[in-house]
Amino acid sequence: MPVRVQDAAFDIGAEIDALRAGDPRIGAIATFVGTVRDANDGASVATMTLEHYPGMTERALADIVAEAKGRFDIVDALVVHRVGRLVPGDAIVLVAVTGAHRGDAFAACEFVMDYLKTRAPFWKKEATPDGERWVDARASDDAAAERWRDDGADRRQAR
Amino acid sequence: MDPAAAPCVRIVYLARLREALARPHEDWPLDAGSTSVAALAAALAARGGAWSHELAAGRAVRVAVNHVMATPATVVRAGDEVAFFPPVTGG
Repeated sequence: MPVRVQDAAFDIGAEIDALRAGDPRIGAIATFVGTVRDANDGASVATMTLEHYPGMTERALADIVAEAKGRFDIVDALVVHRVGRLVPGDAIVLVAVTGAHRGDAFAACEFVMDYLKTRAPFWKKEATPDGERWVDARASDDAAAERWRDDGADRRQAR
Repeated sequence: MDPAAAPCVRIVYLARLREALARPHEDWPLDAGSTSVAALAAALAARGGAWSHELAAGRAVRVAVNHVMATPATVVRAGDEVAFFPPVTGG
């Protein structure tokens, strides 16, 4: 269950190839890529700088991937998250999930992102025409994570 | 931890809190040997100024002890690493 935090850009194709390499059980690969927008909360964004809490971040991401593997019928999952200074259009995060079938792969991919948004210690700072500002957490992210709270076992059985 | 050294907690500040409190980390003496997250936050807030503002009750501050999310009741012991930070915004 690989997780990585890095400054460098990632190659989505190479990451997927490495994750699925030679595993004939895999019939589905679901991916999510988060990218930097050029505007947020009514202001244009020139750069976005991400910081994290080394040590806790890797542990939190590994815990999220482990929980996804317990809840969903998947083969493996990968999280690559960038830190440092990014510009609009840059990829921030990649989540890739492999499985036998698409249903659990899609669901696990969404689950990992929803939990990452609320549990992994990353923070974004935007440079706008009015100066730099820390991005505030969104209540909608808490709500998205909350909806996975009770139905993990049921969801897996239903698929 | 060096047994000859005074018992301390390593406190880490991240993101907005690091900037507002003007330090990335500090060592906090813990002569009693243990405390709680709530008591530690209250002791820091008692410094006044930015400390009382940023760590006031009701402010959205998260705490991790030894890299695991903590609650106000979580016990903190000498040698632990306690991090204070705003709600996370990754992804």
